[in-house]
Amino acid sequence: MELLGNLALGFSTALLPVNLFYCFVGVLLGTLIGVLPGIGPTATIAMLLPITFAFSPATALIMLAGIYYGAQYGGSTTAILINLPGESSSAVTAIDGYQMARQGRAGPALATAAIASFFAGTVSTVILALFAPPLSRMALKFGAAEYFSLMVLGLVCSVALAHGSILKALAMIVLGLLLGLVGTDIYTGTPRFTMDLPELADGLSFVAVAVGVFGLAEILRNLENERDRAVAVKRVTGLMPTMADLRAAAAPILRGTMVGAILGILPGGGAILASFASYTVEKRLSRTPERFGKGAIEGVAAPEAANNAGAQTSFIPMLTLGIPANPVMALMIGALIIQGITPGPKVAIDQPALFWGVITSMWVGNLMLVLLNLPLVGIWVWMLSIPYYVLFPAIIAFSAIGVYSVNSNSFDLYTVAGFGFLGYVLVKLGSEPAPLLLGFVLGPLLEEHLRRAMIISHGNWLVFVQRPLSAALLFIAVLVLAVTLLPAVSRKREQVFVEED
Amino acid sequence: MSERAAALGAAPFAGARVKQINHRDLLLGAIFALIGAGFVIASRSLDLGTAQRMGPGLFPLLLASVLMLLGIAIAAQSFFTVEQPVGQVPWRGLVLILAAPVLFGITVRGLGLVGAVALAVATSTFASRRAGLMLGGLLTVGLTIFCVLVFSYGLGLPIPLRGPWLWF
Repeated sequence: MELLGNLALGFSTALLPVNLFYCFVGVLLGTLIGVLPGIGPTATIAMLLPITFAFSPATALIMLAGIYYGAQYGGSTTAILINLPGESSSAVTAIDGYQMARQGRAGPALATAAIASFFAGTVSTVILALFAPPLSRMALKFGAAEYFSLMVLGLVCSVALAHGSILKALAMIVLGLLLGLVGTDIYTGTPRFTMDLPELADGLSFVAVAVGVFGLAEILRNLENERDRAVAVKRVTGLMPTMADLRAAAAPILRGTMVGAILGILPGGGAILASFASYTVEKRLSRTPERFGKGAIEGVAAPEAANNAGAQTSFIPMLTLGIPANPVMALMIGALIIQGITPGPKVAIDQPALFWGVITSMWVGNLMLVLLNLPLVGIWVWMLSIPYYVLFPAIIAFSAIGVYSVNSNSFDLYTVAGFGFLGYVLVKLGSEPAPLLLGFVLGPLLEEHLRRAMIISHGNWLVFVQRPLSAALLFIAVLVLAVTLLPAVSRKREQVFVEED
Repeated sequence: MSERAAALGAAPFAGARVKQINHRDLLLGAIFALIGAGFVIASRSLDLGTAQRMGPGLFPLLLASVLMLLGIAIAAQSFFTVEQPVGQVPWRGLVLILAAPVLFGITVRGLGLVGAVALAVATSTFASRRAGLMLGGLLTVGLTIFCVLVFSYGLGLPIPLRGPWLWF
C-alpha cells in the first residue's frame, strides 16, 4: 500500500504540466540523438546539464533521464533502416533488424523494437519502484568503511564489464580517480595539482571533462572516415507485425528485459552491455541459431528490450546509493549536485516527490516514445539525411555555450579542448573513455570515505575487513576480479563484445 | 577472420614466428606511466599524514604509483602482442575542432555571445573535408541565429550578446 501512495505522489509530480513538457522535450531530444549516429546520450546530457540549473531538481532529472532512455528507442530506427548503430547500444539490433528491412519487413522490425522497448520500460519502472526503497533503507546504515568498499566493488565491476583490455580499463579508472582529486583538499585546504592556477582551485569542471572526452573525442573519431549514409528504406509501410511475429518475439522480449534489468544495475553495465549479452543469450537458446544474422525477429526483440531495461535500472544504484553505474549516471549525479542535493540514500526520504516523480516519469516517457517513434517514423527517416558536417558544428556550438554557462569561466573551455585531445589519443590507442569518467566522479568520494573510516577506526587499516558488510563487499570485489582474470572467462569476455562483426 | 588473413598475407614467407611489438599499446603504456610519474612527483610536496589522519598527499601518491605500475605493465605486455593498426588521424579536424572551444573561451567576454558562437562554428565547419566556403558561411549564420534564439531568448542564459571589443 505504501507503494501505491508513493506511485501516486510520483504521478502527481510527473504529470505536472511543466514536467510533462520537459519529459517530452527529453524523449524527443533522446530520439533525435538516438537516430543520428555520431552523437550519443552521454555527450548530449553533458551539454544540456548546465541548462537544467534553471529548472527544479525533479524537472531537470526527468528531462535528462528522458534523453537517456529516449536514445534507446531512436537508436533502433537507424540500426534497422541503415545498418548503422544510431547508438552503440543498438549495434546488435542492426544485425538482424537491417536484414529484416532488406526483406521488406522494416515496419514489423521497427514495431517489434518499439513494443519490446515499451514492455521493458514498463517492467523496469516497476522494478525500480519495488527495489529502490529497500535499498535506500539499507544504504542508510552504511558507514564510511562500507561506502568505501562498495565503491571499490563498483569500480572493480566496471573494469570486469568494460570492453577490451582489463589493464587499460584499470589504468583509465585510476587516471580518472587522480584527475578527480585535482583542486583544494577538503580536510586541510591544501591545493593539490593545481599548478598554481586559481581556476583549478575548485577542481576540474566535471561538465567540461565529460564534454571533452565524450563530445569532442567522438567528433574526431567520426571525422576519421566521413561517408554518406544510404537509407535502404525510404518509405516504411505496414507497421503492424503479424501474430506469428508477436508470438516469436514474446519470449525473447521477456528474457531480454530480465537480462537488461540485471546488467543495468551492475556498475559498468547499462544499455550497451545489456543488448550485447541478450543477443548472445537468444542465439544460444535458439533451436535455429543459423537464422540469426539473416533477419531473425528474436535478434531485434531481445536486445531492444534489454537496452531499454538496462538504461532504466541503471538508475537504481544512482538514486539509492548515490553511486553511478555508468557515465550517464555520473552526469545525473552531477545534475543533482548542481541543484544542491547530495546524492545518496537520503534522496528517497528527503525528496520523495523528486525520487518518485523521476521513476513514474519514465513510464510516462515510454508511452510518449511509442507514440513518437511509430507513427512519426517518417520524420526520423528524413532526419537521417542530415549530413554529419552540418551536425558537428552544432554540437560544438551547444557544447561551448553549455560549458561556459556553468561558471561563466573561459578556463573551462580550455579544459574541454585539453580533455578532447587526451580522450581522443587514449581512445585511439585502444582505451575506453567510460571508466575515466566514472573514476573522475568517484575519486573525491572514495578518498573522503577512506579518510573518514580511518579517522573513526583510529588508524586501523583492518577496519575494512572487520566490519562484516564491508568485508563481504570487498570479498565480492576480489572474487569478481579473480574470475575476470581467469583465462576461460577472459576469452568469453572478448566473444561477447566481438559478436557485432 | 579478416585480421588473421591480413596478417598471413603480410608475411607469406615467414616460416618462424616473427617477433612483433604492439606500438599502440607501448605508446599507451608510456603515456599512463608518464602521467603517473608526474602525479607522483607532484604529490611528494604534499603532506602524507598518519594512518589515522591521512594527509592530502597519501591517497594521490598511492593512486599515482598504481597508475605508473599499470602503465609499465601495459607497455611490457605490448612486446608480446600483435601489432594493431592505429588508423588514420584527421589532422585538419584535430586542429580545428580543438581550436573552436578555445577560440570561444578567448572571445566570449570581448565579442559577446554572437561573435564567439559565430567564430566557433566557422572554425569547426572547416574541420570536415566536405564543407566549402558557401556552406560554411550559411551554417555559421544559421547556427548563430539558432543558438541566440534558443539560449538567450528561449532559456534566458545571462551571457551578453555583444561585448566591449565591438565598437559599433
